[in-house]
Amino acid sequence: MTSGRMELVCPAGTPATLRAAVQAGADAVYCGFRDETNARNFPGLNFSGEELAEGVRFAHDHGSKVLVAINTFARVNDVVLWKRAADMAAECGANAIIAADIAVLDHVAKNHKQVRLHLSVQAAAATPEAIGFYATSFGVRRVVLPRVLSVQEIAALNRAIDVETEAFVFGGLCVMIEGRCYLSSYATGKSPNLNGVCSPPEMVSYDDEPSSTAARLSGFTIDRYEPGEPVGYPTLCKGKFKAGDKTSYLFEDPVSLNAGGMIAGLKAAGVTALKIEGRQRGKGYVTEVVRAFRKAVDAVEQGGDAIEIDRILAGQSEGSRQTAGAYSKKWR
Amino acid sequence: MSGIALTLGPVFFHWSPDRLLDFYRRIADEAPIDRVHVGEVVCGKRMPFSDPAWPEIIERLERAGKEVVLSTLAAPATVRERKSIEELCADERLIEINDVTALPSRAGMPFVSGPFLNVYNEASAQFLIQRGATTICPPVELSLAAIGDLARSCPDAEFEIFAFGRLPLALSGRCYHARIHGLHKDSCQFTCERDPDGLAVDTLDDQQFLAINGVQTLSNQVQAFCPAPADLTSRGVRRIRLSPHTCDMVELAKTYRALADGREHPKDALFILSCLDLPGTLVDGYFHARPGWQATASI
Repeated sequence: MTSGRMELVCPAGTPATLRAAVQAGADAVYCGFRDETNARNFPGLNFSGEELAEGVRFAHDHGSKVLVAINTFARVNDVVLWKRAADMAAECGANAIIAADIAVLDHVAKNHKQVRLHLSVQAAAATPEAIGFYATSFGVRRVVLPRVLSVQEIAALNRAIDVETEAFVFGGLCVMIEGRCYLSSYATGKSPNLNGVCSPPEMVSYDDEPSSTAARLSGFTIDRYEPGEPVGYPTLCKGKFKAGDKTSYLFEDPVSLNAGGMIAGLKAAGVTALKIEGRQRGKGYVTEVVRAFRKAVDAVEQGGDAIEIDRILAGQSEGSRQTAGAYSKKWR
Repeated sequence: MSGIALTLGPVFFHWSPDRLLDFYRRIADEAPIDRVHVGEVVCGKRMPFSDPAWPEIIERLERAGKEVVLSTLAAPATVRERKSIEELCADERLIEINDVTALPSRAGMPFVSGPFLNVYNEASAQFLIQRGATTICPPVELSLAAIGDLARSCPDAEFEIFAFGRLPLALSGRCYHARIHGLHKDSCQFTCERDPDGLAVDTLDDQQFLAINGVQTLSNQVQAFCPAPADLTSRGVRRIRLSPHTCDMVELAKTYRALADGREHPKDALFILSCLDLPGTLVDGYFHARPGWQATASI
């Protein structure tokens, strides 16, 4: 779609991380309001209207854009809350609204024509027909790609559509198609689509047992750790389960996404923007990751080779296991 | 008579053509079901196996007076999968849309909005109704109260509840049957065929939890919602969906028909269901705005 410079889109869970991301070199930051209208509805995170307005001023003064995620699905009889969030984002001068629900997209398209619409990953639009539907119906200008496509498929998709694409390159990795996963509400009653949360912390328990610690979600054992083993958060789809005669990380190992090595490939595939996940992360983390990816993206833009990119991002792979996810066909 | 209609949803599992033919033959001849969904919804790779069986199945069902709905893929990706959706959208029969991909091809023609489409509120429901949705089966995580609110706001469409079967909880780009057998999706060897109700996934403490079916994750527990007919009609819900399993679906359909007609008490209906050979325990939590795995009714 584009031959221009790729845009680096970075997470901002708080006003302080917004400033940190902007100063570390984000072309755009994305954030949400402090309620269930966004998919990272965690305690202590997100923005009030005033904070957003101030964040937008700061970002614009430094040449960065602000994208506001209103990307959960509006509750029946309460659609007005989602519409109000969109109105507030527009009033604050947001450059774009990231939405998934037809109700929200329709409202923004009809009432805030000056605000760009980006289709959230939660809408799971992975085909030219689906993307075309959102572009035609609501004037969507960019689609955040579902994490099911290989780089080759993204290239083919970009040839078939005339809106921009944005691809996740780093951070938490959903294994299921986002926006179409009810695992969390099945176990806990709270879901990403309805409540903006997955595997919520208030349902988590770590139970010390004679020879191990069990990490449980809503009473379901998600993983078990030997003494001394680092204990992970019991995210449902990263758990260890029994199926057939095997015990394994059936859905996905406890890994995170790092497609740093694929930046050049994503550029060649026509991707407009690269997205870093992690609105729940602190200032220090965001600064470090954004700074590294800024360098890596700039190096790719200047024709840097794979070895150089690997060297720049080497510091981002310590301590946790990583995967390039669906971008590599073998992941499937 | 309550005026509540019964729908048989699409088969989620990789059943052989022979199993499909036998299954639908019996449905056609014996089951008191008004509407029957046919077609592959979960995995496009299975379509070359089942496609040859559908014309005979459809003919048999229609001859028996059933309304046939052609269900479409929930997560299309390949050119072939997208083409199959386009072809089905051109059919004069009712189709079920399970991904937005199908909407442009079906513009102005009636369709069923399936449980994989994210219809959570009256505004998105109205949007789809204006584009042809005549029946809406909302996502399984919605409560009966929420579905009732939707139905009341949208009198022009018929609302359907996913009342029976393992709950379709998630789809992925990754095939878990392939993964558990050390294979990749692109060379999967169709191991999902070995598990005609899905493969049970238990926790490390042997709690029954989920089930896998290729790229799909379902609940291990079986949704078995047995409301009094007035609980549905008072909320504007006019259709009950039963999702196929290997248990006796004819007996199951008869039980739901009796329940919907007020001839069977909800408690008794639930007891009859519990006597069938089901792959998991009975739950109905979602309808009561609780976690999906919970059971509010006791047998």
